[in-house]
Amino acid sequence: MESLLQSLLGDNLLTVVLYCALPLVFILLYALLAILGEVKISAWMQDRLGPMRTGPWGIIQPIADVFKLLQKEDITPAKADKVLFNLAPFLSFMSAYAAFAVIPFSSQYVGADLNLGLFYLLAISSLNVAAIIMAGWASHNKYSLYGSMRAVAQIVSYEVPAAMVLVIIVMFVGSLNLQDIITAQSGPIWNWMVFGGPKQDVVLASGEVLSASWANLIFLPFFMASFVMYYIAGLAETNRTPFDIPEAESELVSGYHTEYSGMKFAMFFMSEYANMFLVSAVVAVLFFGGWNSPFGVYLGDAFGAPWLVAVEQFGWLAIKGLFFVFVMIWVRWTLPRLRVDQLMYMSWKVLIPFSFGIALVVGFLVVIL
Amino acid sequence: MTESMEVLKEGIASGRLKTDELVLNMGPQHPSTHGVLRLELVLDGEIVVKVIPQMGYLHRCFEKHAENMTYPQVVPYTDRMDYLAGMNNNHGYVLAVERLMGIEVPEKVEYIRVIMAELQRIASHLVAIGTFGMDIGAFTPFLYCFRDREYILDIFERTCGARLLYNYMWVGGLSHDIYDGFLRDVADFIKKFRPTVVEVNNLLNYNKIFVERTANVGVLPRDVAVSYGCSGPMLRGSGVDWDLRRDDPYSIYDRFDWKVCVGDGSAGTLGDCWDRHMVRVWEMEESCKIIEQALESFPAEGDIASAIPKRIRPAKGEIYTRVENPRGELGYYLVADGSANPFRLKVRGPSFVNLSVIDEISRGHLIADLVAILGSIDIVLGEVDR
Repeated sequence: MESLLQSLLGDNLLTVVLYCALPLVFILLYALLAILGEVKISAWMQDRLGPMRTGPWGIIQPIADVFKLLQKEDITPAKADKVLFNLAPFLSFMSAYAAFAVIPFSSQYVGADLNLGLFYLLAISSLNVAAIIMAGWASHNKYSLYGSMRAVAQIVSYEVPAAMVLVIIVMFVGSLNLQDIITAQSGPIWNWMVFGGPKQDVVLASGEVLSASWANLIFLPFFMASFVMYYIAGLAETNRTPFDIPEAESELVSGYHTEYSGMKFAMFFMSEYANMFLVSAVVAVLFFGGWNSPFGVYLGDAFGAPWLVAVEQFGWLAIKGLFFVFVMIWVRWTLPRLRVDQLMYMSWKVLIPFSFGIALVVGFLVVIL
Repeated sequence: MTESMEVLKEGIASGRLKTDELVLNMGPQHPSTHGVLRLELVLDGEIVVKVIPQMGYLHRCFEKHAENMTYPQVVPYTDRMDYLAGMNNNHGYVLAVERLMGIEVPEKVEYIRVIMAELQRIASHLVAIGTFGMDIGAFTPFLYCFRDREYILDIFERTCGARLLYNYMWVGGLSHDIYDGFLRDVADFIKKFRPTVVEVNNLLNYNKIFVERTANVGVLPRDVAVSYGCSGPMLRGSGVDWDLRRDDPYSIYDRFDWKVCVGDGSAGTLGDCWDRHMVRVWEMEESCKIIEQALESFPAEGDIASAIPKRIRPAKGEIYTRVENPRGELGYYLVADGSANPFRLKVRGPSFVNLSVIDEISRGHLIADLVAILGSIDIVLGEVDR
């Protein structure tokens, strides 16, 4: 598939730079929106107003926050390991940013159309673990160390069920490419994975044909359960409540980023928000049709304008992603926090056996159907 | 894997590999030590081996101060001990002086005092419940609790002009009479308040995660609670049916029909964090009952200043008076030498005594549990240090 940008700008350096920069622009804008969303949604849930002074209804509060962070003194603790300490926030953000490379924002735009997209996603987002342990170790602070130890244990544990869920989808679609997974769900809303996947044969982005029928409805309960499991694992991987144990405020102050200030703290913060959207986008891609319109048709097709289709597709993915980010915020301001051992129990004794069981059943069904 | 574990174990046993306990300093600027408490934790990984509470960061020499002031001048200082329960602190102190001098206060004063003390108890428990939720990680119920506490503080403000440190109860009377519409405001508050309890129950107290986090955690057995001298919700959470308002009645508490709430271990073991927490939740309803009955039989006539003595100079003697603070037994031991100043004023602070049990009940738990235990003890540092 020839992508829109390439056809518009040709195959030159500018296109490559633009390709790389687009997700960054998106992350920055989204982070501002998400910060505002977090404060306003929490205020709405807690019967208060939230920020009201900066701009009308406080809508430029996130920009004010960014400027505040820019002005803050950049402190490196005297006993910290300076190299690791200064590198960690950037590595953390890098892993989140790099993962955006394979997120297809529309059928026309994906940073890198990798055949091993999902595998790359798993691998690169695990780099965050290294960043966290670097931050925790280099800070020379016991709280940071505890926070990073917990974070690593947690993220590593929850990657197992998350990966199993990915395997379930990969078995069904027969491809690790995210565009393939999305095109498999093209058409109306009932073709989405969460409703059992495509109901008639579809031609994948790679050109292969995925044969399907209404018998796929049998997958509905399994994919539904997989979606819930993946979302829970995603919450844990992004350290959000009820799994915010690594940065449990009441116990560990701020966990691994206790010692960070200014823009380095902002980097961790951004990487957390970027990761939130990443998990939400992957949920949207795997289970909710990615950039597919729920109606199966696009305005752009009616007008014969491919750019409009691309914009619409981006809009659908953003709406789906932001909805799951909203749910994360909603959960955060509703639920208490689990304890370390309960968290491990949840992963190893609940999610992992279930995901393995579902993988087994789905694999069996894929073979016989 | 097993081989390397063997090597590790052997190394530790032979002394070539040293494992060490970690000493972690928690506080005084830690977000969940409820003020300026400092805990020295000895940790084995995440497991608490020993807790050494270090206090004194808020010590203001209250008892020594009291010796250099006249009896009425001490009252504002009592506000500052347990600053979440100023009314109850006032009440205990003025009762001690009144008993020492043999003053009978008018009926109306007693009613207002009981209503104020019970409103204050609700306000204090709301803070305890909200902050305990926050220790567990739930932020939202905290703000619901504070919203309702605000109504109580508004009533206090309209009555005596202060929202936190009231100096409202004076020896023999009160600083201000109630304002017009006070009784209606209090009745309105109770009406508004009851749905909040249901809301907080749904959102927090019966939440699966919350119960998992608090049940079977920090179990304080009956005998340990008694031997450490715990009181208030700490003691009742362990199943001891003891409340000074009923068992050593003061003021006019014996006129009202209410029950003492006792933990029942319905979520886990008797005396765990959940029990202590729920005793507070249930007690708020009992306080509502007391207030409602007090409103019904509220005397129409009465002068709140009629029994205030012109000259407060108790004869030589000593007295120990105790009242049920929201946190437990608040005792004032007062020695008078015939002068205008107390010769000695000793305070038995419930938070201080309750805090002493923390090492006993948090050994072997995780750090997260320690935070839950500390939250369930519900200390106010102003009174631990005095």
